[in-house]
Amino acid sequence: MFVFTIRRLLQFIPTIMGITLIIFVLLNMIPGNAALSTAGRLELSPEVVEQLKKDLELDKPAYVRYFNYVSRLAQGDMGTSYLRRYDVKEIVLTRLPATLKLALSAMLIAILLGVPLGFFAALKQGSWLDVFATVIAVGGVSIPQFWLGIILMYIFSYSLQILPTSGYGNGAFINLIMPALTLGIGYAAMLARTTRAAVIEVLSADFVRTAKAKGLSSARINIRHVLRNALVLILTTTGLLFGSLIGQTVIVERLFSWPGIGSLLVESIFQRDIPVAQGCLVVIIVIFLVVNLLVDVLYHFINPQIDYQ
Amino acid sequence: MLNIHKIISQKNLLIGGSIVFLAIGVAVFAPFIATFDPITDADLMLSEMPPDDSFIFGTDPQGRDVFSRVVYGARVSLSVGIVTQVINTFIGVSLGLVAGYMGSRWDDAIMGLTNIMLSIPVVVFALAIMAALGPGLFNIYIALGLTNWAYSCRITRAQVLSVKNSDYVKAAKVLGYSHFSIMFSQILPNVLGPVLVIATLGAAEAILMEAALSFLGLGAQPPTPSWGGMLASARELFFIAPWMSIFPGLAIFITVLGLNLFGDGLRDYLDPRNVLKSKD
Repeated sequence: MFVFTIRRLLQFIPTIMGITLIIFVLLNMIPGNAALSTAGRLELSPEVVEQLKKDLELDKPAYVRYFNYVSRLAQGDMGTSYLRRYDVKEIVLTRLPATLKLALSAMLIAILLGVPLGFFAALKQGSWLDVFATVIAVGGVSIPQFWLGIILMYIFSYSLQILPTSGYGNGAFINLIMPALTLGIGYAAMLARTTRAAVIEVLSADFVRTAKAKGLSSARINIRHVLRNALVLILTTTGLLFGSLIGQTVIVERLFSWPGIGSLLVESIFQRDIPVAQGCLVVIIVIFLVVNLLVDVLYHFINPQIDYQ
Repeated sequence: MLNIHKIISQKNLLIGGSIVFLAIGVAVFAPFIATFDPITDADLMLSEMPPDDSFIFGTDPQGRDVFSRVVYGARVSLSVGIVTQVINTFIGVSLGLVAGYMGSRWDDAIMGLTNIMLSIPVVVFALAIMAALGPGLFNIYIALGLTNWAYSCRITRAQVLSVKNSDYVKAAKVLGYSHFSIMFSQILPNVLGPVLVIATLGAAEAILMEAALSFLGLGAQPPTPSWGGMLASARELFFIAPWMSIFPGLAIFITVLGLNLFGDGLRDYLDPRNVLKSKD
């Protein structure tokens, strides 16, 4: 178990290297001059541009800059913003809690809505609940998230006037509800679908039949045998979905003016502030990788039969 | 072989297929369906009119007909779905064929790349590409076309591995066929079904993604009518002119729903395990 965790952690290194390389190449396709002047939105004199380029190492060849970037990143240094010269790490870390709060609440909503819906739909296949769950599942995956957000705004902020339209509200719970719902509902639909499929698969397994033959109560069978075995698949999906969810926060944050990494990323892209964009991307991807690692480790607790050797 | 009874018994395939067919029809025949020109028929006297007999979806702040813009918007969305999936499928299938068929170092390198692709959320990756290329519809094609090929690559590779040592592939080798022709004539046909399913579902995802990127202001630039772009410009006016948001949003929802249903139905149709079901 310990060895497995260490090995998975070591696998991080090539993945992170590959990802930073891809991001670096992409973002450095923007010529330095253009990036600088767009970032500053100023007509700079050539001497100033030269000096800035020197300060920001833009006069060095790309591979040198990549090497410097990665070695500094390894020490936790994400560079300095082109635009306001602040420390990228600092600004990214200030924005991180808001994003994590939003993403975790949305995931919680997705799990609390999706898993029970899928579970009961599978137990009562063909019932009205099953039909309802299927409709919700396909509809929830197909609805454009930000459109759903706009509609929720209309209902809760405009018609009923019970929730604020947007903003962080200094972390007030009431401000979290709508963004989290907007982000979470689509994922609840996906989870409901996976849960239903997983439970149906487990229901036809031999050990379920054995348990029934043993005369166990159906509640006991459903919880101890069916749900526990279905959890492996549900957990994998949750891990994968979380990554996509972290990505989608970008759009939801933008819609609700939520001060997280996502809105910072979009702002920095519009301003061509490459170090900030790079920092946001790296942090989002690291979160995704860490979540997947946690999921792998959690497997072991749920199903000790999984052998990693 | 197409099995008509099986198609009819698959409600998903039938409903999804009809929606997709309808959406394609709207896109192709947009000039005949639209009641106004989506760009030039602007009249500030008719700004932000609620839906009525002549403007069935209302008008926008420039006095353009929302219905006509939604009709033309189908072209942008469907083109995104088709172009991105052609690129994704081409990259995924080619790399998957090479990885599975050539094996060893090729396989390691391609699978390594695939795993990296899978560890970056598509929105984030697409945003990074858009950051480099700048906004615009053409760049959206590139951004979404380059980022979502990992699944078709994986499935192609798996399929290649399962038929690589089959007798007919061995026979083709003995007969002296080149690697290239074995890959394309013997192995590729086995992969088409699953890849088609992935591409259909991928098209649905790409349309949602294009709408989201347009919503962030990175998509087709005004005055081009695109559903995501219309929603972006309608956002501030939602409480005053909700029709500007409702109809483009519904158009995205219905189109994506159709593609998802069609993709699911196709998967069930092609799944060999369902052959048994349809026989009884």
